[in-house]
Amino acid sequence: MEKQKITGSEALMKTLVAEGVDTIFGYPGGAIMPVYDCLYDYRDRIRHILVRHEQGATHAAQGYARVSGKVGVAMVTSGPAATNAITGIADALMDSTPLVVISGQVASPLLGSDAFQEIDVIGITLPITKWAYQVRRAEDIAWAISRAFYIASSGRPGPVVIDIAKDAQINKIEYEYNKVNYIRSYQPLPDVNADSVAAAAELINQAKKPLALVGQGVILSNAEKELVAFLEKADIPFGSTILGLSAVSSDHPLNKGMLGMHGNAGPNRKTNECDLLIGIGMRFDDRVTGDLKTYAKQAKIIHFDIDLAEIGKNVPTTVPVHGDAKETLAAVTALLKPAKHTDWIATFKPDEEEENQKVIQKELYPKSGQLKMGEVINKVSEASGHDGILVTDVGQNQMMGVRYFKYKRTRSVVTSGGLGTMGFGLPAAIGAKIGAPDRTVCCFLGDGGFQMTIQELGTIMQEKTNVKIIVLNNNFLGMVRQWQELFFNERYSETVMENPDFVAIAKAYNIAGRVVDKREELDGAIQEMLNHDGAYLLVATVETCGMVYPMIPAGTTVTNIIMGDN
Amino acid sequence: MSTKKLYTVIIFSENTVGLLNQIAIVFTRRQLNIETLSVSPSAIEGIHKFTITTFSTEDIMDKVVKQIDKRVDILKAYYNTDEDLVFQEIALYKLSTELFLKMGAVEELIRKYNARVLEMNESCVVIQKSGHYEETQALFKELSSTIGVLQFIRSGRVAITKSKVERLSDMLAEMENKLEKKRS
Repeated sequence: MEKQKITGSEALMKTLVAEGVDTIFGYPGGAIMPVYDCLYDYRDRIRHILVRHEQGATHAAQGYARVSGKVGVAMVTSGPAATNAITGIADALMDSTPLVVISGQVASPLLGSDAFQEIDVIGITLPITKWAYQVRRAEDIAWAISRAFYIASSGRPGPVVIDIAKDAQINKIEYEYNKVNYIRSYQPLPDVNADSVAAAAELINQAKKPLALVGQGVILSNAEKELVAFLEKADIPFGSTILGLSAVSSDHPLNKGMLGMHGNAGPNRKTNECDLLIGIGMRFDDRVTGDLKTYAKQAKIIHFDIDLAEIGKNVPTTVPVHGDAKETLAAVTALLKPAKHTDWIATFKPDEEEENQKVIQKELYPKSGQLKMGEVINKVSEASGHDGILVTDVGQNQMMGVRYFKYKRTRSVVTSGGLGTMGFGLPAAIGAKIGAPDRTVCCFLGDGGFQMTIQELGTIMQEKTNVKIIVLNNNFLGMVRQWQELFFNERYSETVMENPDFVAIAKAYNIAGRVVDKREELDGAIQEMLNHDGAYLLVATVETCGMVYPMIPAGTTVTNIIMGDN
Repeated sequence: MSTKKLYTVIIFSENTVGLLNQIAIVFTRRQLNIETLSVSPSAIEGIHKFTITTFSTEDIMDKVVKQIDKRVDILKAYYNTDEDLVFQEIALYKLSTELFLKMGAVEELIRKYNARVLEMNESCVVIQKSGHYEETQALFKELSSTIGVLQFIRSGRVAITKSKVERLSDMLAEMENKLEKKRS
């Protein structure tokens, strides 16, 4: 008997379900309509979140992936929809976020003819994806989608684009699904090299002043427990990259804070004092290292990473440990001698005290003047029991957010690290809440970034997504203003913003909200926001000229750190 | 700064659409000019081989090759300098038959350069020479300065490592073993 034939669209739905997909962020349109028609029959199995702009779909899928560890799925039509999705795809590549983006494409006979809403999606996305593939035949859909999920989620995760021609969505085929878990030319899980593990352990056992740099690789490989065991056994203090935050709880005694341009003074300074620097699932980004010519020159360097192309890319490595952090950390830990580095760890204290006195106290506990950004963030973190998920936009709100929000659990930070995408915050928060419905999602935005994707308030309204949105409003593009003040002779070129009544806008979307501008009302306003059953917009009017300190100016060295105390 | 020299990048890939684009992107991002490029099926069925030459430093080549290697459909990428390789380019020269015959030193020229005549008709002659760049270039210079060259084309470099087998075969065997283990 002949097998029953189904359309390419149904093959897509079946394959998505087989790959464990239950949530899609998307927006329909001409070249993807057969798929959306089929989706109508899958409403009981797949929840589709209708965003208000395709950029929102990719960012929401990123937020979803980052908190849940699952692959985020976005679905858009051809042409402008695909180009609108680009920013999120690029962001996911930079931040190693597993993402599958499905785009519709004009029917295959029209390809290359500049047909209506045709764009060379593959050509555009090749440089910003792990894999990009155009499906022109219905019989290739199941294979391509399964391969997409395997590639997006394995090894160093990243975005995959599958562009499906309209006729491939319509044509009927005999459906056959075989889960892809092997590709001859792709080795996502490298074998652990025993020699490099032994060499790394030996360096650590000999080190007197070791410092670890923890990146998102730890979270992506679910190696949080292995990391803590590793750090504790050899008594290694550590700093986190922005994306590595929350791999270990904020209050762990070995946690010395954040690295980088606006990171904590201690771990940044100690980078140039340690005798052994251990990078774990991080990539020595320029925002972490500053000038490479003066970066950790005194130290031997061990680099744990799953991506061979990252090892030695920016800093020369003494011992590379290529592999999945969960395996490699455990293997190295087994060879470590228990150690105590009490004196070395004590040297972080003066830096902590200096930063606390010169920066943190003033930012978090001001006695007078307008509200400060750090003050608001700290209070929101406290009020949510330091157990919420932090979502930020980009700019001062982001740097303040990652500096002052605290974490107990892993996967508690969703922020655009590598690409630095303004407009990321609001849609990412929607995805985060949908990916972790039991957690409180606190989304900090500046007045600039909020307005880049403000239309997603519509998604929040329609999906009743309970996100807590805090706009730190200084009526300025704050981070650019900060650079103008420090490095461009206070010439405030195009950074002043005249803003609308944000609360009124939220109200129009049936989202509750209020403005807070008085210190004595801040606690109450935050409580009101957290207690509110549903989404809430809190607009905190903060000081116009707030500055994020400490700051190591771009491309310089840690000795140039600015504390902002004069 | 270490000085730049000529590197030959050899890449084995699956035979899928868009790979050249992916490879070119890595070169472009590092502002590396591709000097020569040749692509053909390799000795192993279904696997294509790219041979690309570029002027760069070893440090950059190491990074470039790793970034190419990590693309999903790339099996393996290597870089070599000339010492590790046997390599060749082929050049074709189109000349005026009349001038070619008049120059009166055809045999001498063909012998000196180890060239061959591929085609001759009343208007033009096509001769072929293979060799290193300097060798094909020397013939071009000589012809240009005497009878003139109507058309000239030189292929990209093809290269083979001086080691015995294609290094890829070991890797493929290893991959197949892994797959077997995974299945069992």
